[in-house]
Amino acid sequence: MNAAADQGPTIVDARGLRCPAPVIRLARAAKAAAPGARLTVLCTDPAAEHDVPAWARMRGHTLVGTVREAEHVAITVEV
Amino acid sequence: MSTYPDPSDGARDVTDPTSRAGTRRVVLDAGGHAPLLPEAREAFLEALDQGWADPRRLFSEGRRARMLLDGAREAVAAVVGARTEQVDLAPSHVAALHGAVRSVARGRRRAGPGVVTSAVERAALLQAATFAAPDDHVVVPVDGSGRVDVDAFSSAVAAPGVALAVLQHANGEVGTLQPVDEVHAAARSAGVPLLVDAGASVGHAPVPASWDLLAADAADWGGPAGIGVLATRAGVRRTPDWPEDDDRWFPGGVSIPAALAAAVALQVAEARRVREADVLRDLVDRVRTRVVADVPDVEVVGDATDRLPHVVTFSCLYVDGEALVTELDARGFGVGSGSACTSSALEPSHVLAAMGVLTHGNVRLVLPTGTTEADLDAFLATLPSAVAQVRSALGVEGL
Repeated sequence: MNAAADQGPTIVDARGLRCPAPVIRLARAAKAAAPGARLTVLCTDPAAEHDVPAWARMRGHTLVGTVREAEHVAITVEV
Repeated sequence: MSTYPDPSDGARDVTDPTSRAGTRRVVLDAGGHAPLLPEAREAFLEALDQGWADPRRLFSEGRRARMLLDGAREAVAAVVGARTEQVDLAPSHVAALHGAVRSVARGRRRAGPGVVTSAVERAALLQAATFAAPDDHVVVPVDGSGRVDVDAFSSAVAAPGVALAVLQHANGEVGTLQPVDEVHAAARSAGVPLLVDAGASVGHAPVPASWDLLAADAADWGGPAGIGVLATRAGVRRTPDWPEDDDRWFPGGVSIPAALAAAVALQVAEARRVREADVLRDLVDRVRTRVVADVPDVEVVGDATDRLPHVVTFSCLYVDGEALVTELDARGFGVGSGSACTSSALEPSHVLAAMGVLTHGNVRLVLPTGTTEADLDAFLATLPSAVAQVRSALGVEGL
């Protein structure tokens, strides 16, 4: 059982940032995270919704899900 | 056609007051705005003298203008595989697409309000479909290479209430050819006319035969800007939803010199197409191979083989598209981009988004006729350091 997965996802706040900044901020957090950890990135940039899944695919991470909130999109990945 | 000038005649050398003095410019993004072919320029100037009059007038000068205009339509018709009377010239490719969607949606309103398109049609078509069918625009998804799902498209056109189906011949951003034959067969059996947008392909690839309406863009094949083509097969029901005019389908008509130049450019482009496509296809293959080998974390997108000969696009991870376009421009290379930061709306390319590929750090090349191996090699030699420079400014090494 992975301890990181039990603690709930780490939040990466990339609201207000433009492409490619949200993906870069997420990638920095992913580099520091333990394998199996979940990260949720919050973004307002319209490109991030497409680029976070594409990044996850290129890096071999798993896309867990995308939730649209009123003011932002929350995308969760498992690294 | 007589002899053509050497393609390396420097037609692409652009003098731009905003770039460094003395820098040789290589423009590698000619989609929808190709450099004017010298033969087209000559025809344009000639027609300014010969075709200035109103083609509706019955005196000699008017009749001469009418003859030139009809000659242009006839020449275009011969290349696209239509009869002259089926070809209408529009004041732009966008106008041709808008007119086609609006007139068919109205003409076939008894069949229903629906318009079916792929997700990767050019923005003007998606906007026209939404305009003509605000509540009934059905968008069919594409796969990772940008090719539309034939089964999904076939079901969508077979549903009740569809006035028009729309599919591009090839995607102008990523180059992928679409399955127009299969989709046309499905549309035909559903009794729905298919508009094929060949705006990115005519002059570069064989003109498809499977269509009920076909649109093409003179500025894309080396003609002047300001001429679009709409060919309509007999039996397609169309009604204008705009005021009556002598030029029923495109009110006000078109510039006759531009029409003649567009027709001449199409004949020239078509005559040299096969030879030119071989050259450009090899250059694009080289880009596809070298970019992946020389630039880390890059995705070349679009179909590798079933594609337009002259189009290639790739996305670089952790790269700001606008910064990369600007850096390449400073190094003498004009390239396009589908990244959000390069668009006025700050939205990424809907084509890249629909394909599920990276939209940031995007570079699009639509090679003009006459692009040389030396041009491409110079670009490929400078690209890795340009990407590295932009990445270094963002501090993303090792991510």
